[in-house]
Amino acid sequence: MRRIPLTLAALSVIAFSVFPVYWMVVTAFKPTRDIQADTPQFLPLHPTLEHFETAINSDGFGLFWRNSLLVSLGAVLLSLVVALLAAFAVARMRWRGRKAFILMVFIAQMAPWEALLIPMFIIARDTGMLDKLSMLTLIYFMGTLPFTIVTLRGFLAAIPEELEEAAQMDGASRAAAFRKVVFPLLAPGLMSTSLFGFITAWNEFAFANALIIKNQDDRTLPVWLSSFSNVFGTDWGATMAAATLFMLPVLLIFLILQRRVTSGIIAGAVKG
Amino acid sequence: MVTQAPERPVATAVPPPSRRRRALPALWPYLLVIPTVAGTAYLLFYPLIRSVIISFQHFRTGELIRGGAAFVGLDNYYDALGSAEFWAVVRRTLVWTAINVVLIMVISTLIALMVARLGKKLRLAVLAGLVLTWATPVLAATTIFQWLFQSKLGVVNWLLTSIGFAQFDGYTWFADGTSTFAIMVLLVVWQSVPFAALTLYAGLTTIPGELFEAAKIDGATQKQVFRDVTFPMLRPLFGLITSLEIIWVFKCFAQIWAISQGGPDGATTTLPVYAFQVAQSLHKYDLGSAISTLTVLILLAVLIPHLRRMYKHEGEGR
Repeated sequence: MRRIPLTLAALSVIAFSVFPVYWMVVTAFKPTRDIQADTPQFLPLHPTLEHFETAINSDGFGLFWRNSLLVSLGAVLLSLVVALLAAFAVARMRWRGRKAFILMVFIAQMAPWEALLIPMFIIARDTGMLDKLSMLTLIYFMGTLPFTIVTLRGFLAAIPEELEEAAQMDGASRAAAFRKVVFPLLAPGLMSTSLFGFITAWNEFAFANALIIKNQDDRTLPVWLSSFSNVFGTDWGATMAAATLFMLPVLLIFLILQRRVTSGIIAGAVKG
Repeated sequence: MVTQAPERPVATAVPPPSRRRRALPALWPYLLVIPTVAGTAYLLFYPLIRSVIISFQHFRTGELIRGGAAFVGLDNYYDALGSAEFWAVVRRTLVWTAINVVLIMVISTLIALMVARLGKKLRLAVLAGLVLTWATPVLAATTIFQWLFQSKLGVVNWLLTSIGFAQFDGYTWFADGTSTFAIMVLLVVWQSVPFAALTLYAGLTTIPGELFEAAKIDGATQKQVFRDVTFPMLRPLFGLITSLEIIWVFKCFAQIWAISQGGPDGATTTLPVYAFQVAQSLHKYDLGSAISTLTVLILLAVLIPHLRRMYKHEGEGR
């Protein structure tokens, strides 16, 4: 008897968390006349792909998809390379200024990004970087860099130094020891860190909204989606199809990461 | 970007190899962190400083195009602090932060405690649901919520009407300030609970079961167990999550801008939204920057203890 309230509570938590996403997907698959029915239909009884066709064929969809992909991948790759160098210096070497450097990374991680909207706009304007995807890439690189350094450093610290030393004693150079011994062990960490970075960049809205103004072809998916009523009017089926397509890569990444999700997030703060 | 080792054997180089080997380790770490330091300097500290400088200047459209902004001292700060609107926004931001963070923390704690008591199947289902919510991108969520609360076809109005609240038939949620604010709270809480709940649950699982058993043997009620065992054990985690949520909710921008741009009638204008409005819509980049600086200062009061805790922790480690 005592378990009934508990089960009900659990079911209602599931309902609250799943329903909005479920409703998005169901709406995307329902024909327009079912969407506009007086009594909502909670199951897609007449599934259709027409809304996905509308979304994909809408003006510039492929372009915005490409822009988002370019910016996110560019930012993640850049931040991965730069962070790996820094993480190695912090985790494996002792040097003056190391503590100050770590503090700088923490400050950068806590930086009030929204407060940078105005100066970034002005700097971008002064340097001819307004309406440029490269400017967004740089900003997303900086946005994901501190988190990437902190997590990679954690992963590096978990790999015993003795492994490298053993390889070096066997005659491998320090670089070779890193490449052959540490890198394979680090690969899962690199993978999950970069996927988190990718999600952050993929979802970013504020800067994309503030810095891409005149050249509408350079918009990214979140900004495009925010103006859905200009694109689709009251076509909610197409709007939900577009939202579903936008969410799909993120969902796939979460499925890939599964277990790492919780531990990775505790290590550092990733959030839009 | 990586400095390549020379192709030729080192032995042929003029300086003796022993000296080289000693010089290298000293320089390497600095070379490795140069890209990070340069990036942070140009893409973070420079804009931050620039923002502060602009807040002491007269910087409107003219200065944006022609340059040559003049310093005006604290004028922008007097402007901001002297306007009733600014203080209304500050109050709204604090209320917004308090409501959201309290709701997030209470709901997350309850969910975490609940999950710990569930059987395996149901527990996995709840965790999966939370992860799904967590994975939903902000802009997908704002779009979904606009659809859920749509006036004519929205499922929320249908539900409310069919359980007897006839006044919600065709109710336009986004035309009214209070109801828009309420939807924003709902949206932010919905999006934030998974992180807090999952982290708290992860923390709960690290508490040794013997502690709970001992408390039970001593005849402690569930309330007492939470107050005297669970909460003290999780206090650092609570502190961390609460400060993170305060920061995230306080500077929340995308959700508000995408749904209401601070409206209707400024009912959802919080400090970050206000600063952006003033700069981008009114072209008062100077006043906007001053408001941004003030926003950061208010937030900093929350941030410093958190930062110190993390740095202290860092000192204990390697």
